[in-house]
Amino acid sequence: MILFELFDYGLLRVIWWLLLGVLLIAFAMTDGFDMGVGALLPFVGKTDVERRIAINTVGPVWEGNQVWFILGGGAIFAAWPPLYAVSFSGFYLAMFVILAALILRPVAFKYRSKRDSASWRNGWDWALFVGGAVPALIFGVAVGNVLQGVPFRLTPDLLSIYEGSYYGKFLGLLNPFALLTGVVSLSMLVTHGAAWLTLKTEGPVQLRARSIGSVTGAIAIVAYALAGLWLAFGIDGYALVADPVRDGPSNPLYSEVTRGSSWLAAYGQRPWIVIAPLMGFAGMILAVRGLRAGREVTTLLWSKLGILGTISSVGLTMFPFILPSSIDPNSSLTVWDSSSSHQTLFIMLVATIIFLPLILAYTAWVYKVLWGKVTEDGVTGQSDTVY
Amino acid sequence: MELDIVELSRLQFAMTALYHFLFVPLTLGLSIIVAIMETVYVMTARPIWRQITKFWATLFGINFVLGVATGITMEFQFGMNWSYYSHYVGDVFGAPLAIEGLMAFFLEATFVGLFFFGWEKLSRVQHLVVAWLVAIGSNFSALWILIANGWMQNPVGAEFNPDTMRMEMTSFFEVVFNGVAQAKFVHTVSAGYVTASVFVLGVSAWYLLKGRHIELARRSITVAASFGLASALSVVVLGDESGYETSHNQKMKLAAIEGMWETEPAPASFTLVGLPDQEARETHYAIRIPWVMGLIGTRSLTEEIPGIDKLVAEAETRIKSGIIAYDALMTIREQRDATPAEVRATFENHGGDLGYAFLLKRYVDDPRDADAELIASTAWDTVPTVWPLFWSFRIMVGLGFSFIALMAYFFWRSSFKAQSYPRWALRLAVVMIPAPWIAAELGWFVAEFGRQPWTVDGVLPTALSVSHLSVQDLLLTLAGFVIFYTVLFIVEIGLMLKYIRKGPFQDVDLTNDWEARHERRLRRREGESPFAPAE
Repeated sequence: MILFELFDYGLLRVIWWLLLGVLLIAFAMTDGFDMGVGALLPFVGKTDVERRIAINTVGPVWEGNQVWFILGGGAIFAAWPPLYAVSFSGFYLAMFVILAALILRPVAFKYRSKRDSASWRNGWDWALFVGGAVPALIFGVAVGNVLQGVPFRLTPDLLSIYEGSYYGKFLGLLNPFALLTGVVSLSMLVTHGAAWLTLKTEGPVQLRARSIGSVTGAIAIVAYALAGLWLAFGIDGYALVADPVRDGPSNPLYSEVTRGSSWLAAYGQRPWIVIAPLMGFAGMILAVRGLRAGREVTTLLWSKLGILGTISSVGLTMFPFILPSSIDPNSSLTVWDSSSSHQTLFIMLVATIIFLPLILAYTAWVYKVLWGKVTEDGVTGQSDTVY
Repeated sequence: MELDIVELSRLQFAMTALYHFLFVPLTLGLSIIVAIMETVYVMTARPIWRQITKFWATLFGINFVLGVATGITMEFQFGMNWSYYSHYVGDVFGAPLAIEGLMAFFLEATFVGLFFFGWEKLSRVQHLVVAWLVAIGSNFSALWILIANGWMQNPVGAEFNPDTMRMEMTSFFEVVFNGVAQAKFVHTVSAGYVTASVFVLGVSAWYLLKGRHIELARRSITVAASFGLASALSVVVLGDESGYETSHNQKMKLAAIEGMWETEPAPASFTLVGLPDQEARETHYAIRIPWVMGLIGTRSLTEEIPGIDKLVAEAETRIKSGIIAYDALMTIREQRDATPAEVRATFENHGGDLGYAFLLKRYVDDPRDADAELIASTAWDTVPTVWPLFWSFRIMVGLGFSFIALMAYFFWRSSFKAQSYPRWALRLAVVMIPAPWIAAELGWFVAEFGRQPWTVDGVLPTALSVSHLSVQDLLLTLAGFVIFYTVLFIVEIGLMLKYIRKGPFQDVDLTNDWEARHERRLRRREGESPFAPAE
């Protein structure tokens, strides 16, 4: 196995760290506009037909988009088992809320237009709103908590133990900094949904989406800037004490970690990473301008750039940390000590190299087939096949 | 039952998994039946088949979405409630789940949208390809899930790494081509095909009884009966293959299913019915058929099938060996690279039994503190409760044979009796609709409950697999799931019934009309840029 030798353990870990980022960013770029449209639904659609237009812009694609998230979960399980084990059980009730929203949303899409009753449809519209807005907010809240460190420690058996009472654990997540990052994520994805609606609709739905989107876009820019300042001056960063062993066994307890330095020290060590926040700002600013001017294709692309920059700025700032522990820094999970085995990472990489290009190709084909505006005639003319 | 974290986590897993599997078998089978129907439509170009396809596709869609939605719970739940399990076996167990997403679920989910929304945008053949891709995607999905589950039943291709305190993959090939996984895969998807066939048959029979949609119902019965007969045979054959695999890899599960308290001389007899008694360790009023068990389990007349007595004695030996491994592991963990070679060698020899030492952790913090009495009583923990297994298995098998009879009868009437069906048979077909679900759920119960007290057979006890949570956490999410899932279930059944009552969306004239329009539109679209806005 020459290839297996070629990809040494340390390199594979970095590749899988990048791939994790790719999956999360792809999720935010695709399912992000689904969630945005859900959150915008009560505001852009005043009549039933208008709402159906908005829903049908994502109708054929939300299912595929959501797989980015499911695949992200699967990839964390397969490539970063300690991260999967610690984060999913540590954020227990938050995960349950996301789960409930993610179950409600598909059902709402599919069932909403299956009965004519106004109260039935109104109920499902609320479900779509909650199913879009709540996960968008919580994902941001989770990022804010990861940046501050999560109260867990690992026993020598590598069982993870959480501090805090049962309500405290959940309410503790809703601290001011995390709420601010939640606002970043929610407003960014709502803007992204508005950009999508600008592309896929016309008339009153498009106009409302553009005006709401330019406001939420501005909120996202301001909140992102504030979160950056807060991170620089108010949040403790984490650092490895010694140079890490890049191909050592995946046991987080083998490395020593200190808390107290600034996260932004990363920008001193690796100045090039400043490109990430710059992309974040540039993308969001250009998307807002595009929404105001009514540009369609480019606005969506700028919004995607904003998402790419924002999410990668978090990952690059924290590298090599993935999940720092606030109560026992030595338990913190890093790229170098919380991956799968060399063998598993390699096999998963081979599977990804085979299947990811295929996925991108057929997804692109599907979007091509569905290209074009969703109109009133299109929605009312064929009510057995659309939502 | 005392409601501790372990019991609550198990309850939640059982509930959400069984609920998920209300929708999965119908998705597996109906995706293929719909694709077959659409194939007939494309080949014959007869509009009635398009109508049939779209009608069953509507029911498929209502069911599909809940399968997808409740599947997310399954993926999350390992991390949320079974965090130590996730850490301990994620290196092996996570890979098939991730590949499922890459290879199967993406395919299925991306094309299912186009399947419903693409009737107006695709040519007939393109749409047919999309329908088959959805069907292939859902079936491949089942393959990878069962590879993951098969590994829990028969953990091949992996070994314990003392540095990382977890199981790590040594051979991906062995994990994928695990005999248990392969047999389970074909058994499970065939069960899905039977479920969908019985569903299509039952709904069509109801239409015939009511004298509605006769054309649709007759044709649907023909498809369902032929596909269903082949699948029902396959379920039973592969169920037997599963039994054969079980007799080699999960001897305790087999002994418990059969209520074999004592080892019999080969070939063992098969207990048809009886009342298993866990306390007395015997099966009362047993009616036995000589030789049959030996033949099914070993396919020979001379090979012995060990009974529970023998397996418990084996477990006791393995617990003692596991304690030696545990002791070596503690030394390795303390001294790491400085560990003497003989300690490493001891671990090599006994490491395979480490999981058995973990069984003691329910009673003592350090397995090395266990006395002989505790070891002996813990060995009996490896026996699952027999009577639920014994009965679930027998009901499942009985139902399996009844599907063969049902499908064979309808196949015969459809092929040789000019599609005439007596009313009693139609009524029976309607009544039988829930039966495949009962069989499928019992099948999963046997597979998973029969593996207790392990999550991964012989490797990790269930009691150790859970997360560090509070009882309140679990009660809250459990209550949430019960309420949420009940509401969704009522809504789903309501919609299903509504659309079954409503029948196919268009009549044949409308479909003819659509055909003409669609042909014109496709001709017009040729030569247009794909990025031009649609009309």
